[in-house]
Amino acid sequence: MDKHTLSVLVENAPGVLTRVAGLFARRGFNIDSLAVGRTDRDDVSRMTIVVEGDKPLIEQVTKQLHKLIDVIKISNITEDEYVDRELVMIKVAAEPSQRVEILHIAEIFRARVVDLGRKTITFECTGNEGKINALAESFRPYGIKELVRTGKIAMLRGSKFVAVGGAQTTQLEDD
Amino acid sequence: MEMTVAEALVECLERENVEIVFGYPGGAILPVYDALYHSTKIKHVLVRHEQGAVHAADGYARVTGGVGVCIATSGPGATNLVTGIANAYMDSVPIVLFTGQVPRIQIGTDSFQEVDITGITMPITKHNYLLKDPNKLPVVVKNAFHIASTGRPGPVLIDIPKDVAQAKISFKYPSTVRLRGYKPTYKGHPAQINEIARLIAKARRPVIYAGGGIIASNASEELLKFAEAITAPVTNTFMGLAGFPGDHPLFLGMLGLHGTRYANMAITECDLLIGLGARFDDRVVMNINSFAPHATVVHIDIDPAEIGKVIATNVPLVGDVKLILKALLPLIEKIDRSEWLARINSLKAVYPLSYNRDACLKPQFIIEQLWNCTKGEAIIVTDVGQHQMWVAQYYHFKKPRTLVSSGGLGCMGFGLPASIGACFGAPGSNVILVTGDGSIQMTIQELGTMMEQGLSVKIIIMNNSALGMVRQLQEYYCQGRYMAVNFSFHPDFEILAKAYGIAGYTFRTEEDVVKGLPEALRKPGPAIINCIVPSEENVLPMVLAGKGLDEAIDCG
Repeated sequence: MDKHTLSVLVENAPGVLTRVAGLFARRGFNIDSLAVGRTDRDDVSRMTIVVEGDKPLIEQVTKQLHKLIDVIKISNITEDEYVDRELVMIKVAAEPSQRVEILHIAEIFRARVVDLGRKTITFECTGNEGKINALAESFRPYGIKELVRTGKIAMLRGSKFVAVGGAQTTQLEDD
Repeated sequence: MEMTVAEALVECLERENVEIVFGYPGGAILPVYDALYHSTKIKHVLVRHEQGAVHAADGYARVTGGVGVCIATSGPGATNLVTGIANAYMDSVPIVLFTGQVPRIQIGTDSFQEVDITGITMPITKHNYLLKDPNKLPVVVKNAFHIASTGRPGPVLIDIPKDVAQAKISFKYPSTVRLRGYKPTYKGHPAQINEIARLIAKARRPVIYAGGGIIASNASEELLKFAEAITAPVTNTFMGLAGFPGDHPLFLGMLGLHGTRYANMAITECDLLIGLGARFDDRVVMNINSFAPHATVVHIDIDPAEIGKVIATNVPLVGDVKLILKALLPLIEKIDRSEWLARINSLKAVYPLSYNRDACLKPQFIIEQLWNCTKGEAIIVTDVGQHQMWVAQYYHFKKPRTLVSSGGLGCMGFGLPASIGACFGAPGSNVILVTGDGSIQMTIQELGTMMEQGLSVKIIIMNNSALGMVRQLQEYYCQGRYMAVNFSFHPDFEILAKAYGIAGYTFRTEEDVVKGLPEALRKPGPAIINCIVPSEENVLPMVLAGKGLDEAIDCG
């Protein structure tokens, strides 16, 4: 079972997240992660959805999503070269005596300190899923008090893009 | 032009050429009814329960091929529509529904008669709207009619808060629809069409498996030409019935769970299966592993999500089945398939539909007599259960849109209100409802609507004092432990008919039917024909759960 990353452009209309989430629930598709935000256009939002499943399942997910009137375009960008990022914030238990050690680990992952408490340090870090997982694992022995991640966002590499109006993956003229 | 949203709504309906709406008023929808009061073009039919309104709109849409319209108030009015919406969604019937909603400021406060109907109906509508911006009403109505009636049709609901309905807007009806997320594919891909023509030329034992898409796209004529051109037998799904002439030599009848044995065997033996506007439903396929085991599968459908959903397809083709058949026809070369047709004819001869005609009155016999009386010149509406399957098996539909029935949802109580819609959709036609003693009692209150509107539905009740289909399931799957399937009380349907001013008949023998049915059907005005039939009669053939289509059990 592979993980597939779908980049989905939707109308920035009320209820659109419910429509998409409801579709996944009633058709029995599992969402691995879902991130939503407005695009450069006010009327269009982008959902980056990670789904686990074999090819026929992903095809069915895509087709069912397409049936939603508010869904404008879907690209399975897993089939192409892409970059993906996730932002995580981790609050780690840190006795003053352990701080140096913990900060050292953070440096390896290029995590930044965003807050410092008497017995905790809060870090932010961006990266792909693997890096975020590795960071969390490294902090685990000290005690993770809280962990928040945004879910994955992704974009095609090079001049290809997923946007309203163009084909599924459009090549720029000058490329 | 300045007007209220409610007035604008009526204006929109008139622009969409809506001639009739089925509904039930209430508090939140009051402004819309007040606006309807002034319309001279739109007839409003007051039903007795909102479920009746949505089924009537559904029946109207199925008979006309147009869009059915239905109106209800907020809260219970809206929730009473839910079954009917699900029914239209499952059978891809175009209807547009308007519901009243509490004023915007009260939404989300659990106010009186408030319910989140757009939330509730999200999984059972093609699309729905909660109209928060009064100015968007014309665009939303335009979109709703477009979405409901194009592509794969379906129900669309518009929920209108009371204060929105009262707000003033400057009215302008859009001339075009702009929906960037909705562009159905109609024309089939030429390369796939050529590939299908090539496969047909190669096939020795082709079978056409045609569903409700044939009716929806008005492709019956093309289907007939296509079947004759490639000399392939045609089997219909339940939804596809009436899409191919029932008395045609190439016709195999219905397939699947209660399909003819020869249709099911043809599926098992065929080397090319051409699925047209059908969705490989579980009641058709039965067992995925043994379905059409020797066949190359071609699947033509307007809904891409149906292709490959249930079984793997060799040649998928998305588009309108009528346009695709038109494009395919010139590519067909005449091939001699007499060997295959001889095989089909021998299957028909060896495994005909049959029932034991012992002493008592059999439901199958009544359907045969109904066909003798009408010769297909009637609109047959059914409810859900055994009687519905016997209609599918023993009535030979000749023309599309002459069968109105709940297929996908299997919704008991659909029949009577749908008959009312059918009467309005096809004035002058004989509308005959075949129902059961269980189904009719689910929406029997609509007899009042029927009489108020002066409609003449002939209602044949197959009265076995039982929920026959469930009883049959308990016989086979629960070793005869009959639980909650026998009615020990029934009203006297003849006296009930009298209470409504309807002619009542009770038939107990074959002779009663032979003598009485033609007269009951011929006499002007509605009729309730109560036929006393045995409760032990089973719908056969029947493919038991998990079995292959060629392993059906049969009578005798």
